Parts: sequence; structure tokens; C-alpha cells
Amino acid sequence: MSNVSYNRNIDSIFKYLGISCTLFGIVMLLIFIGNIVTDGVQRIDWSFLTNLPSRKAENAGILTAWTGTAWILGLTSIFSIPIGVAAGIYLQEYGMKNRLARIVELNIANLAGVPSIIYGLLGLEIFVRVMNFGGSLLAGSLTLSLLILPVIIVATREALRAVPNSLREASYGMGATKWQTIWYQILPAASGGVVTGIILALSRAVGETAPLIVIGALAYVPFVAKSPMDEFTVLPIQIFNWVSRPQPEFLTNGAAAIIILLLLTFIMNGIAVYLRNKWQKKISW
Amino acid sequence: MKPLEAKKINVFYGDNHVLKDIDITIKENTVTALIGPSGCGKTTFLRTLNRMNDYIETFRKKGKVYIDGKDIYDKKVRVEELRRKVGMVFQKPNPFPKSIFENVAYGLKIHGITGKYEINDTVEKSLKQAALWGEVKDKLDKPALSLSGGQQQRLCIARTLAVKPTIILMDEPASALDPLSTAKIEELIEELKEKYTIIIVTHNMQQAARISDRTAFFYLGELIEYDKTSIIFTNPKNKLTENYISGRFG
Repeated sequence: MSNVSYNRNIDSIFKYLGISCTLFGIVMLLIFIGNIVTDGVQRIDWSFLTNLPSRKAENAGILTAWTGTAWILGLTSIFSIPIGVAAGIYLQEYGMKNRLARIVELNIANLAGVPSIIYGLLGLEIFVRVMNFGGSLLAGSLTLSLLILPVIIVATREALRAVPNSLREASYGMGATKWQTIWYQILPAASGGVVTGIILALSRAVGETAPLIVIGALAYVPFVAKSPMDEFTVLPIQIFNWVSRPQPEFLTNGAAAIIILLLLTFIMNGIAVYLRNKWQKKISW
Repeated sequence: MKPLEAKKINVFYGDNHVLKDIDITIKENTVTALIGPSGCGKTTFLRTLNRMNDYIETFRKKGKVYIDGKDIYDKKVRVEELRRKVGMVFQKPNPFPKSIFENVAYGLKIHGITGKYEINDTVEKSLKQAALWGEVKDKLDKPALSLSGGQQQRLCIARTLAVKPTIILMDEPASALDPLSTAKIEELIEELKEKYTIIIVTHNMQQAARISDRTAFFYLGELIEYDKTSIIFTNPKNKLTENYISGRFG
């Protein structure tokens, strides 16, 4: 009997421990968001979004920062999505399942965990110096593409792996080639998972600061980028710049910019979660 | 006319010798049932006939399979053409997660047929042949997965018929279905044999007796006996066959 009550005690202790651990994270995040919102929300208005940076905090806006982020988002998508999805398709559907494949797979998973500053250094050497792109949007988005490629590859593979083999057999059994099977059947069935992975990877790229600082993105850019070869800044760098200034007005600007960045990433993650739920319902045949 | 002939087929999965010296000749417009206990190689043999085993990396084969006199494992044979001629229906209904229409039209699309009239016509004919047209003609754009299991399996048959095969391989096509749907599939097989050569794997011996003209009994990777169904079920020559069909093992 005593053993039973001992075990039950352990059970309830663990339950409360679990609840407090969960709450800890949520409460911390809520305090942070509450803090930021009270600091910054009154600063957000139309001119904040449409003004160029300025030495005067009340005139400063995030136009160059958010357009820079939009440029980075677009260019990074162009580079990383086709390459990442194609590599994922190759590894999952075409590649041999031998020892070499397992080593490659393990390394891609490891690459997803390499600190982003390392990618920044890689980008600095290859894109900024060797290819001579300078501290441009092109160099920045190529660097971020390298950073998120492993994430897209792994997500693509997992989505393809979740497609039941009976679907492949049905298509092959009709006389379809491998590519026809992938294009007409497997990719559409896996699209929800692939798109989810892409959005999550891109939302990571949007929030990255370190690699872009390393390749020479500027904190102060007085113009909106017109071409991929232009110099640029992005929201996280603008935030970093503002919060490191002594004047409290710039801290308010920083808080306001953080709200915008958080909104952007929350929306992207929200879309990803929505698509994933929809896709999971669809795939259960 | 011998549409299908297998000569000394041996199949290995790695070191596992799954099929041993299978010799069989299948006649045109007949239903041939492959029976035997689980794991005796029936499905493996069936999948050797349209090269679906090619995707298993440890698969090796010795011997020859001739379809219409041509060795299907010859290097010059294009496996896509082979599978168009040798259709397959699987154990579990596996329609594509698309509309009913697209399921049947898929085979035409991948084989490069684009004429709208031809596609519509073939879809209708195939669904009629598969005895499904009446049930789905008003909802061709509905998802195939909204159909019942039995309807899904007939849709899979229609999909196979659409690319005009000569041989249809069926791997326990009714084992996942209720008795009524099973009866419909059996009825369908009876009708289809007038135009097609059908090879069916089944675990259900009554089914084999009901629908097949010839029966092949497999045991531990060997073809023990192959004869007219009436002979296999009433007067088998081999003791093993007799024991199996009388339910003494299996």
C-alpha cells in the first residue's frame, strides 16, 4: 500500500513540476511582450512605417528596415526554395539509401544547427569578397539562403517521407515515370508539409541579425534599396542599433520596431501552423 | 496464344530465396488464381510480372518472363510501357487524393494523351467497364477518397482499364472489403475476363474456386501445382495441395 501512495505522490509532484515549467516559459514571454507593447505601441503610426532613419528619434522611421527585410525575404525565397526543395526531392526519392546517404543526411541535420555567425563568416568570404558582391542585398540573401537550406531540405524530406508508399505504387503501376509520380502525385500530397517547412525557415531568416552584420549590412541606410546590389539594413539590425543608443526616445523606437518584427514572424508562423494542421487532416487516407 | 510465360523464375531478396524455379504459362482471357499460405511468394511473383519489385534494392531475379513473346526484363524494354500493358490493382484501395475524374484520367495524362474528347470518352467507358459509372456519374469532380472502400477499389480498376492494358494483376483486391463489395468485384472480374487476362492473388479459397479458370498453388516459394481450377479443388494431384485446399494447414 505504502508503495502505491509513494508512486502517486511522485506522479502528482511531476505533474505540478511540469505545469510550473510550462508556465515559466509562457509567463516570461508574456512579460516580455507586455513590456515591449507598453513601451512601443504608441510610437507606431503611419509615418513610423514610411519615414527614413533620422538622427532625431521622433522623425526616425523603419522604411529602409522593413523594405530591406522584404527584399531579403524575397531574394532568399528565390534562392533557397528551389534549391532546398530539389535537394530534398533528390535525397528522398532518387538517392540511394546506402551508408553515404546516411552520412549526408546526418550532416545536413548538423548543418541546421551550425551557429548563424559561422554562416555570416562563410558569406563574407564567398559572396562579399570572392564574388565581390559587397555588403549588398544579394550577398545578404545568399548568406541567409545557405543558413536556411538545411532546414528546407530536412522539412521537404520529412514531408515526402510522410506520403504513403501506396500512392507511389499506384502511380508507378499505371506506368508513370519517377518524375511524373513526384510531380503529379507526391509533391501535391506533400505540399502542405513542404510549404510549412519553407515558411518556418524563412521566418528564421527574417529574424537573423548576426550573419548580416558580419557581411556588412549597415545600421544607417538613408535610402530605400532599388536593386539587389544596393546596400541595406533589416529590421533586427535597426532594432539593435536603436536599443544600443543612450537616448530613451530611441529605445521607444526600438520597442516599436520589435512589435513590427514580432508581428511579421508571428503571422508567418501562424500561416505555417495553419497549413500544417490542414495538411495533416488531408493526408490521413 | 500465350500472353504470359514465366521460365525458371528465381527471386531473391538479399540472401532470402523467395521464389524457386517457377514455370508457368498463362492463357489469354482467363482468370488465374494464385493461392497459398502467407509468405509463400504469391505477391512477389505477381509483382515480378510488371517489375514492381525493381524498387526493392535487395531484389535479384534469375530466369525469364515473356509477355507476348518479349522478355520483359530485357534492357530495351521500357518499364513504363510494360506497366501500361500489365495493369495492377492493389490489396488496399489506393486512389489518388484527387477527384474521381482525375483518378481515371491520370493514366492518359502521363502517357501523353491530351485530347479533351478522347479523355472524357475514355473516363466514361472505363468507369462503365468497372461498373461504377452509375454511382459516380453526377459527382466526377468529388474527391475519390469520399467514396466507400468498394467503390474506391472499382475506381482503381477503372483507372487501370483506362490505359488499355491486356493483362491485369490483382493482389487480393477484395481482402479489405465487405462481402457485398467483394461480390461486386468478383462479378466485375467475371466480365473483365472476356477482354483481359487476369491474374489474381487471393487468400480466399472459395473466391479462387468461384472466379478462376486456373489455379496455381504456391508453397514456400515453389509452384506446387498448376491446373484447371476444377481439378485443383476436386482432384488435386499433389498431397500438399490437397491438404491446403481442405484446410488442414494454411
